[in-house]
Amino acid sequence: MKRCDLLVDVGRRRFLSGAGLAAAGAAATTMVPQAPARAATAPARVTYPSARLVNIKDLKENEPIAVTYPDADAPGVIIKLGKAVPGGVGPDRDVVGFTTMCPHKGFPLHYNHERRTLNCSGHYSVFDCEAGGQETWGHATQNLPQYSLRVDANGDVFAEGLDELLYGRLSNVL
Amino acid sequence: MAYKRQTDRLPIIPANAKEHNVTCHYCIVGCGYKAYTWDMDQQGTTEPGGNKFNTDLSKQQGAETEAWYSPSMYNVVRQNGKDVHLVIKPDPGCVVNSGLGSIRGARMAEMTYSPVRNTELQRLTDPMVWRYGQMQPTSWEDALDLVARVTAAVINEQGEDGLFVSAFDHGGAGGGYENTWGTGKLYFTAMKVKNIRIHNRPAYNSEVHATRDMGVGELNNCYEDAELADTIVAVGANSLETQTNYFLNHWVPNLRGISMDKKKEQLPNEAHAPARVIIVDPRRTVTVNACEIEVGKDRVMHLAINSGTDLALFNAWLTYIADKGWTDKAFIQTSTGNFDQALTGNRTTLEEAARITGLSVDEIRQSAEWIAQPKEGGARRRTMFAYEKGLIWGNDNYRTNGALVNVALATGNIGRPGGGCVRLGGHQEGYSRPSDAHVGRPAPYVDQLLIGGKGGVHHIWGCDHYKTTLNALKFKQAYKRRTDMVKDAMSAVPWGDRPAMVAAIMDAIRKGGLFSVDVDIIPTQIGQAAHVWLPAATSGEMNLTSMNGERRMRLTERYMDPPGRAMPDCLIAARIANNLERVFREQGKNEVADRFKGFDWKTEEDAFMDGYHQHEKGGEFVTYARLRAMGTNGFQEPAIGLEGGPPAAGGTTTGQTAGVVLQGPAIQGARGKEPVLLASPQPGGSAAGVVAGSERIVGTKRLYADGKFNTKDGKAVFMETKWRGLQAAGKEEESKKFAFLINNGRTNHVWQSAYLDQQNDFVVDRNPWPFIEMHPDDMAELGLKPGDLVEVYNDNGSTQAMAYPTDRARRKQTFMLFGFPSGVQGNVVSAGVNEFIIPNYKQTWGNIRKLADAPEALRGYSFKSKEYTPPA
Repeated sequence: MKRCDLLVDVGRRRFLSGAGLAAAGAAATTMVPQAPARAATAPARVTYPSARLVNIKDLKENEPIAVTYPDADAPGVIIKLGKAVPGGVGPDRDVVGFTTMCPHKGFPLHYNHERRTLNCSGHYSVFDCEAGGQETWGHATQNLPQYSLRVDANGDVFAEGLDELLYGRLSNVL
Repeated sequence: MAYKRQTDRLPIIPANAKEHNVTCHYCIVGCGYKAYTWDMDQQGTTEPGGNKFNTDLSKQQGAETEAWYSPSMYNVVRQNGKDVHLVIKPDPGCVVNSGLGSIRGARMAEMTYSPVRNTELQRLTDPMVWRYGQMQPTSWEDALDLVARVTAAVINEQGEDGLFVSAFDHGGAGGGYENTWGTGKLYFTAMKVKNIRIHNRPAYNSEVHATRDMGVGELNNCYEDAELADTIVAVGANSLETQTNYFLNHWVPNLRGISMDKKKEQLPNEAHAPARVIIVDPRRTVTVNACEIEVGKDRVMHLAINSGTDLALFNAWLTYIADKGWTDKAFIQTSTGNFDQALTGNRTTLEEAARITGLSVDEIRQSAEWIAQPKEGGARRRTMFAYEKGLIWGNDNYRTNGALVNVALATGNIGRPGGGCVRLGGHQEGYSRPSDAHVGRPAPYVDQLLIGGKGGVHHIWGCDHYKTTLNALKFKQAYKRRTDMVKDAMSAVPWGDRPAMVAAIMDAIRKGGLFSVDVDIIPTQIGQAAHVWLPAATSGEMNLTSMNGERRMRLTERYMDPPGRAMPDCLIAARIANNLERVFREQGKNEVADRFKGFDWKTEEDAFMDGYHQHEKGGEFVTYARLRAMGTNGFQEPAIGLEGGPPAAGGTTTGQTAGVVLQGPAIQGARGKEPVLLASPQPGGSAAGVVAGSERIVGTKRLYADGKFNTKDGKAVFMETKWRGLQAAGKEEESKKFAFLINNGRTNHVWQSAYLDQQNDFVVDRNPWPFIEMHPDDMAELGLKPGDLVEVYNDNGSTQAMAYPTDRARRKQTFMLFGFPSGVQGNVVSAGVNEFIIPNYKQTWGNIRKLADAPEALRGYSFKSKEYTPPA
């Protein structure tokens, strides 16, 4: 899948350039989830991997970290926003995660630090990270897919699900 | 909290799924889509051979892939009585949108009627009548009998002027050539109804009378012209939100310089550069922002004029351009008339215009240069002029429209590549009706007549005045009072006694009551007052033809069943005609009854063949079979022949061709395309015959390419358009009396009056109430926080909205979402109109006060800037 690799690569580069995190490539260390064991009867919903994305100590307010979830082909971001927000986890309920593939046409989103929005350079869509990824303005017919996050006792932040279909796949887990 | 569907996967379209041509039934652009349907118990697989895309779907797909659809593009619907899977996704092969889907069109599947997935359950499935104090289902026979008997009784007593009609006149959903013909033949041939109005305005008139009177149909260019233009002038238009994929797929390539090769190829021997853009709008829109980002601020001028002063700006452009010698003298000489008189009559200096518009002299001069200063090497600058509701629903519609066309004609920019002077459009178009000449000009101001107690019966077709008219509060008060009189009378009579029922209704009508019949796809707000609801089918539930903003005509093929017993409007009109014929004959009025013959249509295709095929210029070439073969690209009207057929005469009809009706009130029939209704049917046309041939239709890319216009002598006519201030009665006083401009219009998420969107969770989550954008300092002065509900009020009425802060807004200039169910902006719009009864929605002033803190539904709501920002 040449196009797909390109997309993810472009996504990372565009996202990172937008976020101004030149050295954060290493932060995108994510586990590549194992495929779920084959069941005798297919479950009604896809089985999401539980993936450790970051440790809460790695997070600085308003400094997003690039991640992938639920697999390496699905770029996303973890952000600590500094105030309790919808879907936020952690002691301050302020840590959120989103896909960074625009649900309109799959272009990579970049982060606006001042507004705390994710923006699409393809067709100008804007998603609000402090409002559950609500499409403030844009063309996608979905609000931005957000990660279901869990923080364990060590402060590790795990993604364990998504609340909307990701762009470019007809099943969130391939 | 943002609405999420919790959809984690979707059924895969199998390789053998049925494929249907679909044109988006919402906005004027008419993006091409494909509908795929397949059996409920079948599904595709991820292997390339197992799906429609012949693609390995076990892999992540790249940006702009064809092999993906969002949850909003999927549903389960009925097809020939069976549940089937449905996917409606944008068609990459359509030249209009090249696979792009807007936030409205890409929800078409989700906006279909599906009892299985609980979408759009508001759709009407049966005729409903006011029985025992509430709306109750009944049979078509029962409902149509009552409608026919009351309508006939009113006509017997008051004549046909006692029958009032409100009817759509457009294409797409709630329209189409089939349905405008069906309703048109009923009211303009079987009857000569005069008291008729159109869906968004209180009379039967053109929104763009002036350009038509000048001989210039308003949809005269093609979308490619936006890729070829040196300068795009957009007046009162916010195309990124209201003609989304026209902007994204045809303007942006010119801004980014991507269309440069096309320019060089098609227009050699002249200098080319990425486009410049001039946007005339009191408000900074997301369109302005997108243009600045794509082409740079130095190539975008946002002329934030004082609301309603466009005309003065256009006259100054004309004056300055003529004084500089930048007019197209050869074109003016051979193709136009009245230039000198118009130039003298409209003479306006830069300084005068600056005083009126609030712009600087430099801004006006520079924008005139961008429009008309010859290019490097001396070539004529190619400028495309595009306008929409800011002009159409703005101050002094007729003259302002004329003043803009003057500039386009003077610079030789009509009928040529990279030019055009066009309305951008709201709905698609689909007008095919018999002559409306009997309506007269100015046409009757129907709303005022209804408020004043006139008329006995009101037929409403796909209109909701309660949401989308001016002076709406006073209209609603009068309408409710009059229809309640009839409801009370009906409740006092047993339903089964039809003579007594009709007598009771007529008695109430004589006392000032009004009997209301509402034909629609959902129970509307005005429907709350109606006595009969007749359930209509919409695009995709019937075969439906329309044309888009470049006159591109396509057929949307029926891909699902209508809900319950709903029928296409054209067939409802035919059945009303059949019943009126029966009732009049029963009354011994055979001569009247005979007028209702010719409505024996069984299908929408019958109506199409009777109407468009037989009566529209070029219609003889157009059939369903041929349109099917033309797919989502269709052809651009007028049709001038068939590929491989005998050579057909192209060019513009100038009035010299026998049998073609031109000018006069019948010009409404043109709806901006050059062909107009033929005086008599085409010889050899077949009303009911289905033509099977699938030859390709040859169309017309641009109108007036031959330099001949829609006038007797083929010459376009310049218009004298003197500035006369705020023209509509009372507007000037209102502007002085109230603190805030209540500018108004559309937003990206919402289609039209939200008649379908009001049941879409994704849209309602973002738009629970209409927003009113305000400057943060104005909000602070009024003690308002984001999301607080406010009352907007003036002497016309009052309404509500939720405050949305934006520093884009100028102080004391607000912008409110128009036509929204939970807060009707029209309540505060005055009854003032222009000389042809065109409403002036835009120039409205009012005061604002807080009603309540932001409701719970707005917890976690995004009140951030709607403007995209590029990477830092």
